[in-house]
Amino acid sequence: MGLLRWPTGSDRPGEGTARRRTRWSWPDLVVALGMLVALYAVIRVGEGTTTSFTPSRTPEIDTDPANLPYYAARSLLRMFAALALSLAFTLVYAYVAAHSRRLERVLIPALDILQSVPILGFLTVAVSALLALFPGSMLALECAAVFAIFTSQAWNMTFAFYHALLTVPRELDELSRDLRLTRWLRFWRIELPSGAIPLVWNAMMSFGGGWFFLVASELITVSGTDYTLPGVGSFAGAAIAEGNLAGMGWAIAAMAVLVTGVNVVFWRPLVAWAERYKVEQTEASQVQRSLVLDFLRRAYWPRLLARACAPLRELTMRAGRVLGRDDGPLQVDLRRRRAGDVAFWGVTGALLAWGLAGLAGYLDDHGGLSVFVEPLLLGSLTLARVVVLVAVATLVWVPIGVWIGSSPRLTRIAQPVVQVLASFPANFLFPLATWAFVRTGLSLNVGGIVLMALGAQWYILFNAIAGAMAIPTDLREAMDDLGVRGWQRWRRLIIPGIFPAYVTGAITASGGAWNASIVAEVVTFGSATLTASGLGAYIAHATQSGDHPELLAGIAVMSLYVVALNRLVWRRLYRLAQTRYAW
Amino acid sequence: MRTELLSVRGLTKSYAGADGELPVLAGIDLSVAEGEIVALLGKSGSGKSTLLRCLAGLIPPSSGTVSYRGEVLRGANPGAAMVFQTFALLPWLSVLQNVEIGLEARGVPAARRREAALRAIDLIGLDGFESAYPKELSGGMRQRVGFARALVVEPDVLLMDEPFSALDVLTAENLRGELMELWESGQFPTKAIVVVTHNLEEAVLMADRVVVLGSRPYGTIRASYRVELERPRDRGEPAFAALIDEIYRTMTGRGPAEAPLPPLGRDLEPARRTPANTPLPPAGVDALSGLAEILLQHEGSLDLAALSEELSLEVDDLLPLVDALDLLGFLSVDGTLLALTGTGRAFSTADVQESKKIFAAAALTLPLIRLITTSLAHSADGGLRYGFFRDILAGHYTSEQVAQQLEVATDWGRYAELYSYDALHEEYTLDPGHRPEPET
Repeated sequence: MGLLRWPTGSDRPGEGTARRRTRWSWPDLVVALGMLVALYAVIRVGEGTTTSFTPSRTPEIDTDPANLPYYAARSLLRMFAALALSLAFTLVYAYVAAHSRRLERVLIPALDILQSVPILGFLTVAVSALLALFPGSMLALECAAVFAIFTSQAWNMTFAFYHALLTVPRELDELSRDLRLTRWLRFWRIELPSGAIPLVWNAMMSFGGGWFFLVASELITVSGTDYTLPGVGSFAGAAIAEGNLAGMGWAIAAMAVLVTGVNVVFWRPLVAWAERYKVEQTEASQVQRSLVLDFLRRAYWPRLLARACAPLRELTMRAGRVLGRDDGPLQVDLRRRRAGDVAFWGVTGALLAWGLAGLAGYLDDHGGLSVFVEPLLLGSLTLARVVVLVAVATLVWVPIGVWIGSSPRLTRIAQPVVQVLASFPANFLFPLATWAFVRTGLSLNVGGIVLMALGAQWYILFNAIAGAMAIPTDLREAMDDLGVRGWQRWRRLIIPGIFPAYVTGAITASGGAWNASIVAEVVTFGSATLTASGLGAYIAHATQSGDHPELLAGIAVMSLYVVALNRLVWRRLYRLAQTRYAW
Repeated sequence: MRTELLSVRGLTKSYAGADGELPVLAGIDLSVAEGEIVALLGKSGSGKSTLLRCLAGLIPPSSGTVSYRGEVLRGANPGAAMVFQTFALLPWLSVLQNVEIGLEARGVPAARRREAALRAIDLIGLDGFESAYPKELSGGMRQRVGFARALVVEPDVLLMDEPFSALDVLTAENLRGELMELWESGQFPTKAIVVVTHNLEEAVLMADRVVVLGSRPYGTIRASYRVELERPRDRGEPAFAALIDEIYRTMTGRGPAEAPLPPLGRDLEPARRTPANTPLPPAGVDALSGLAEILLQHEGSLDLAALSEELSLEVDDLLPLVDALDLLGFLSVDGTLLALTGTGRAFSTADVQESKKIFAAAALTLPLIRLITTSLAHSADGGLRYGFFRDILAGHYTSEQVAQQLEVATDWGRYAELYSYDALHEEYTLDPGHRPEPET
């Protein structure tokens, strides 16, 4: 699900979902059906083998704080493995989508839908499928966890890079063809560098959101079996199960260190380094800096490494020549193109029909289309929670964000803090909140909103700050000068001024809330289990009991809700923001 | 007979408009031989850059052929390299790496690549800047990188797309001079140059042949002039000035020309003007008033060249304003002499409200503005969608041109208080204070 999106502030490159394809077209429908078939296929693969599966020895988690560094390392490894996977996926998928006219019509709507599928849905599907492939193996669980984190990162990164490929400056495209660069050379010298900045920013933001799914994937129940992977998340889980508050505290501290540490040691230097890929040929007014990068730049070994790698680079550039020149024929043979189109869509249609027939048969065996009715109804409850969450978070955080963003000094302090808060996996805090609900007797039907908000609200605050910062000082001064204050000032200056950034934040918050609903509508603390009625709880229940038709229906319906909400509300607001309220 | 390097036969180029194909270039025949510099000269919109890109094999002609040494191009021209108006340097590569990239694409080994690049850098006067990054360089130095990058692959033909127009006057003069010296010295690694420019003087300073492209209704070769003057050329020479004057008359379409001129809106009777044959020039109302004001200060008349000098503006930038005032009937044009008419005087001396009224009356004689106003008056609720007018224009203009026409019409109509436009809902509404006079 599109959990993360970078605000549209002036100096923040990056692109989100709401940008492309605002009209419905028939490939969208084809692709949507295709995705449904794919989901069905994966679930079937998993289903076939769960019966023969003997529960693996789940490793015991030792809650001695001395083991925490080891667990933290395991978690970190998972995060970076997922990042590497996401990067590889991004480069290939976006490249193909940007360069193949036919595949683009399928790949991009598919990506749009993938963004709307709840990530924890991917997780459960992946666990069943991978355990089917590698029965009883820990590696399968590791792969499933990495895959879940991957699904929280890859879509945004792919969209960002795809968009960058489409918007390679015209003169650079002409240069590449005029000098008859090889495709390989064009990719490494022109396309990847010009997409580097949006790619890095989106990867950083997606990585921040990935922690949530890391925690969720380390402790998971599928088909009545609990699976545990050694990591910070499972450490916290074990501590809660023992009622070990100190252990819980240690885990939270370790998580905070991990999130900030990776930011300082990895992302800040990377962002600062990516500055060299700015296309504008002037010195930037606001330069991204990193002390770690400055330190690395003083060191000698990177240069040594570069020199050592030069022959290798030379070799790959030569080898890359086999991929051909960046020089398509000037004239297209229309008849051949038409024939290719017919063949392509014919094969696509046949595969789709075959899959749909299988799906229809499967559903027929399991109660028919009526399985969709309950999730559709429950979805409206979760939708109501999401709406309340966004509305309340807006009323609370927008004024605070504007207040912070209007003061450069406050912003300098608050922005990194909010960024870490947004990255901090909120599900870490769910047990504490659950404990409070149990004590106060608050129903999870309401409390669930609070749980969902724990993670989602920060995007609204973060973007409100960014939006307020983007309001030009001279406009502020002009308003002061004219004595425009109070509600009039909000109506005439602040709301229109922060609108684009706010919309981005609200889209992200809404996406995050949908995702979180799967873990926020059913929570356990010790022996107490609280359940809210909603689509999230429905999916969580289907996962635990291993009811595959219900799981399929739940995931499909949630994706449908998210897609509908995006198309009917967020995209319109986003477009309005871009056309009417952009600076 | 010198070898013919490039040849263009019967080239037309059209782009998909909102309603079918619209030509930007038509009936182009051109040949570039070894040892010559050809300048493609024209106003913006004459399709000269499009023609250059066809020569480079970057865009396909809609019909006709472009050949290099007798071979019809099927992809990028293997014997040409381009210098870009905006330099097109890769900001993440050093000067040396930027220059090397063309050789890298050809698979030249690292050592030989470096050697050749350093030679080109030396030739073009960039030594000392090898390890600099483009953003550290001034505009002139950046364009030198552009030259070195194109020259290092030793193409037969160097294609230059307004290479000096992004530079300040002095830098451009210096770089152009050095380039011509290099060409004369015989060290130049290419056999021919094609340069696109809108700067008449630049064309005559550099070229052996100046090819003038006209822009109405689409780009055609209007005339071709051989320049026999000795190099280095002297602007003060009478022959130079005479040639400039002659080409200038051809360019502005008001002098003797070899090709017949396509019909212009201004030459038609007002009753026969339509939105299709009388496009609105892209000019803002403030700039129009400003120009009228300046003419008034010069007793109502001034030569175009003198005007361009006084304002330090390119003639190219002034022409839309002149055309606009002419269409509105505020100005009469005699050769290159501009004179305010009676209404023009009234327009620039009146107060704001009065001059708006004069402007409104004049604007209503223009077909597009008249069309919008009368359509709105006839519509039931006094409002019409943007798309309505876009569709009307679609058959005659490309989609960019349609957008531009409507942008100008919106601007002028708003100023004249004839109608207003709501950008959010994309709707025109009739100004309540205005009822159009009945159609004749």
